[in-house]
Amino acid sequence: MSDVLVVAEGRNGELREVSFELLTAGRELADAAGGELHVAVITGPVAEYAAELNREGVDAIHTVDAGEEFNHDVYVQAIEGLYDAVEPGYVLAPNSVNGLDYAPAVATALDLAIVTDVVDLELGDALVATREMYGGKVETTVETPTDRTLVTIRGGEWPPAEGEGSATIEAADVEIDEDAISSTVTGYEEVAGGDVDIADADVLVSVGRGIEEEDNLELIFELAEAMDATVSSSRPIVDNGWLPPNRQVGQSGKVVTPEVYIAIGISGAVQHVAGMKGAENIVAINTDPNAPIMDIADYAIHDDLFDVVPALTAKFAD
Amino acid sequence: MKVLVTVKEVATVDDEFEIDGVGIDDRFLGADLNEWDDYAIEEAVQLGEAGIADEVVTVTIGPEDAEQTIRQGLAKGADRAIRIWDDALAEADLLDVEAKTEILSAVVAEEEPDLVLTGVQADDDGFGATGVALAESIDYSWAAVVNELDLDAEAGVASVHRELEGGLEELVDVDLPAVLTIQTGINEPRYASLRGIRQAQRKELAHLTLEELGLAESVVAGDLTLTSMYEPETESDATIFEGSPEETAGQLAELLREEGVAP
Ligand SMILES: Cc1cc2nc3c(=O)[nH]c(=O)nc-3n(C[C@H](O)[C@H](O)[C@H](O)COP(=O)(O)OP(=O)(O)OC[C@H]3O[C@@H](n4cnc5c(N)ncnc54)[C@H](O)[C@@H]3O)c2cc1C
Repeated sequence: MSDVLVVAEGRNGELREVSFELLTAGRELADAAGGELHVAVITGPVAEYAAELNREGVDAIHTVDAGEEFNHDVYVQAIEGLYDAVEPGYVLAPNSVNGLDYAPAVATALDLAIVTDVVDLELGDALVATREMYGGKVETTVETPTDRTLVTIRGGEWPPAEGEGSATIEAADVEIDEDAISSTVTGYEEVAGGDVDIADADVLVSVGRGIEEEDNLELIFELAEAMDATVSSSRPIVDNGWLPPNRQVGQSGKVVTPEVYIAIGISGAVQHVAGMKGAENIVAINTDPNAPIMDIADYAIHDDLFDVVPALTAKFAD
Repeated sequence: MKVLVTVKEVATVDDEFEIDGVGIDDRFLGADLNEWDDYAIEEAVQLGEAGIADEVVTVTIGPEDAEQTIRQGLAKGADRAIRIWDDALAEADLLDVEAKTEILSAVVAEEEPDLVLTGVQADDDGFGATGVALAESIDYSWAAVVNELDLDAEAGVASVHRELEGGLEELVDVDLPAVLTIQTGINEPRYASLRGIRQAQRKELAHLTLEELGLAESVVAGDLTLTSMYEPETESDATIFEGSPEETAGQLAELLREEGVAP
């Protein structure tokens, strides 16, 4: 019998969706382990968060009221304290940017095994976690010790927990040692403003690393113009400085839901897909028939973009 | 100030490949400098050029073949390199976060850098956890997913931007010594110049075994065991347009017109 402790994530006064997915993953694991599901709510409006997280299957919610926004030093201390109090077998955290800022440190501090970016969990004689490698080209299973394991889960893989719960909600008895805090959040900045809002476009012609060189972007703009569409891109194009940040689709860019999204030379990495999976029609033009983008494409051309794109432009030019 | 950069040679996979046991058959694998580490090296070299870093050292856990990639880092301006490898490492199917952390901690103990730069993640196994785990293990401060760095060496503070989701950045001050995990786009990694490549041949590239680092072979085992690798069942129900580019483009154009989204 082992309990499960999941760590919720909020930002700007709102819980992020992955928090509710963690409840589902946590409940499943707790059932398999014959234990209880505990939830840690650290920083932010913790009482509001706790009320929202009180969904079916949650046994106990522990709040740590320690500041408005995320600080990893506070998180590590709070989770260490809760770990000692709850003594769970497993800790589940989101594989978010902040999750990756505290979870590895928690695992190290508490001497837990850590497995990140997990898409499926199965508990038998061992805890078996499924995760991708090589940008989603293969899946792997890894076994971890049946106790003392911290798992970060990928967003969107478990359904969010629903229903009303009857969890106990308590302020956790943990002390935060201010002297041990060696990082200070001084503010926030919104990036990616500017002339075009790709989120408004009905049709996006989106370009990835397959385009190879900046000069070749001309091909993409010609197509977009012929179709009266807007140009967006994957991250490497923006990293290279070929397009401004407001054109980037994905986890750290924009979330778009156009009628048609044409992914040209884009592999479909999870962080990219996070930004465009809600498009109504997804078209992929890619030489690699096994590229992960094919999993979510509605229409595909397995061919060289340097041949297909000019041909397509010509179709609209006549 | 001394900067240590962790550099990984990652495996790249051909479009068509076969799996052999719990790994990809060697015939379908290539090797490359990890994309994120390229940005970390550039950031460190720029600190050197700005007179902030006196020495930039890279550390790689990898076989002799990886020296080609390590030399790339030296050619781009790192001063010297350390490579850790021995038979125990060669036999491991998977080096997990714990194992990498223990090995890199021993290197930090030896080198005592003021700043450690790692990539956010490695392209191949994608754990994204080693930098922060390392920081905790060696009792350094840290920040994960850094896309802007401003270092005040005198005050001993790194002011960084952390790239959160959805175009939001968090501004945070981190006390040195620190580990920062570097995100792509933070700078423009340079290509090695011919002169740099020539110089790199003469720079020190030290090879150390686990024993020489004072570590037992058992660190390699870690906590995780890789038990299977397979091609994910495709969830694709895409309509695939077949034919010459002329034909496929024609079919796609027709579809887009039917959808009423193209002229
Ligand atoms: C914290 C974090 C946040 C991130 N945020 C984002 C984000 O917001 N948005 C984002 O996009 N990425 C993001 N990434 C990066 C992401 O992991 C991938 O590295 C990136 O999406 C890859 O871009 P790509 O598909 O263009 O390039 P690649 O993965 O290199 O794919 C290129 C594709 O082009 C194809 N190709 C090559 N040549 C041709 C040709 N001639 N014709 C047709 N096809 C061709 C190849 O088969 C391949 O599939 C993030 C990563 C991290 C760690």
